[in-house]
Amino acid sequence: MNLETTLISRPEVTVPTLPPSPPKMTIRKLDFHYGKFHALKDVSLEVAERRVTAFIGPSGCGKSTLLRTFNRMYSLYPGQTATGEILFNGHNILEAGTDLNMLRAKVGMVFQKPTPFPMSIYDNIAFGVSLYENLGQREMDERVEWALTKAAMWVEAKDKLKQSGMALSGGQQQRLCIARAVAVKPDVLLLDEPTSALDPISTAKIEELITELKEDYTIAIVTHNMQQAARVSDFTAYMYLGELIEFSETDQLFLKPKRKETEDYITGRFG
Amino acid sequence: MNNLYRRRLFFNRFNLVMSLGTMGFGMFFLLWILGVLFYQGFTSLSPTLFTQMTPPPGSAGGLANAIYGSVIIVLVATFISTPIGILAGIYLAEFGKGKWVASATRFINDILLSAPSIVIGLFVYTVYVAQVNHFSGWAGSFALALIAIPVVVRTTENMLLLVPNSLREAAVALGAPMWKVIMMVTLKAVRGGVITGVLLAIARMSGETAPLLFTALNNQFWSSDMNAPMANLPVVIFQFALSPYDDWKSLAWAGALLITLTVLIINILARSVFKQASVR
Repeated sequence: MNLETTLISRPEVTVPTLPPSPPKMTIRKLDFHYGKFHALKDVSLEVAERRVTAFIGPSGCGKSTLLRTFNRMYSLYPGQTATGEILFNGHNILEAGTDLNMLRAKVGMVFQKPTPFPMSIYDNIAFGVSLYENLGQREMDERVEWALTKAAMWVEAKDKLKQSGMALSGGQQQRLCIARAVAVKPDVLLLDEPTSALDPISTAKIEELITELKEDYTIAIVTHNMQQAARVSDFTAYMYLGELIEFSETDQLFLKPKRKETEDYITGRFG
Repeated sequence: MNNLYRRRLFFNRFNLVMSLGTMGFGMFFLLWILGVLFYQGFTSLSPTLFTQMTPPPGSAGGLANAIYGSVIIVLVATFISTPIGILAGIYLAEFGKGKWVASATRFINDILLSAPSIVIGLFVYTVYVAQVNHFSGWAGSFALALIAIPVVVRTTENMLLLVPNSLREAAVALGAPMWKVIMMVTLKAVRGGVITGVLLAIARMSGETAPLLFTALNNQFWSSDMNAPMANLPVVIFQFALSPYDDWKSLAWAGALLITLTVLIINILARSVFKQASVR
């Protein structure tokens, strides 16, 4: 998976293929509009189960927009519309009548900026859990510990569970947000540039976390950092001006891009 | 020193002097008013103020019934206006984006915010007092509530608009229904600001005279019947201050001092609540 070492040790690369994994989400002919602006054009791809799928591309290419269709986050705002199909558990989530709260409980999201709620660390995590599960005090304690452990936060947080989540450092806040998203046990985890506001050490911790989390979760990550995409993802999609230019296994895309545009972007001749 | 720089320096000094002068002008009259009030008020203060009823001219008495009436009327008005104001503010900030109903509500609210209070008093007089044919504490509370609602709506909306959308989205992303997002996350994030708004509305209500003149009127005796005319500080002050009797006048000064101190305390409280909330 490590791009640099692969390049050094094997100049003539034969890209290894991953064991196949069924698609968790299938996107077909997706178009997206912000009012009149056509932000996504005919995007089709599959997000594989228990794999990390990365979305890269220059600013404004539509990668975040695409991610925000996976949990219908865009539906909060009037004037934003998506057409096409996004199949999740056999159901087209773009259809009217989709239970958005249930969908979002199954498709979690972590944002660019850490967004702790104005409550204690414990309550930050319990908030989401108590929405859909009726847990006793002990079970909830266990769940909070479990989620914080998953997010590599337990050791740091266990003595200050009652403290405000807002008092943590940026990196800790972001891991708290990941713990919060993991705690509700979603099927899919969407990460929208989760490390762009963090220092390198926190970034490394979160990347490690992503690799661990894909054992249990399907992960889609938007990132500006191509090295990060190469490090953590199994599949990568390169997008430009609302179009999906290339989508393949990460090693394939970075080492043997099929399209000239992709090559220009990943080698830094563009953007 | 070139010319341009000298010009700037001159304008800088000129503007500084002008703004200090303006501030001094305002402060002068404020301090004058407060000075007279404190002098007259403190010399009229006595413990009987809180124990005796408003007297007929020429005999001793206090303001107990007026103080009690004011507290009750303002409290009831607060209980009416706070939920309505907060709910309307929530609607405007959270659901009203781009809807004409919201824009119209906001516009009307802004007009209400600056409506002369005497108009509101006359309004309640016409639609309530004139219909039931008697002045009452309820009518006073309704009139004050109409004054407080726009204040609470305004501050609640403004405070909620300060909540970054990312926080809202983060709660929505966990599958939380909108009402939970609002109650548990956004409103909680700005509760200090909202409480401040309510406190400022209370401060505003405490000093209003005109709306009570047409609604609660006055009562010489102790009355806790909200359905009957009720004594209250502003109207008592108004009535006593205009009278030719010296003991009434001195009671009016004492009442004015009481209201001013109450408003001052509420304002300080509001500031400290807001400060505390924004530090966290």
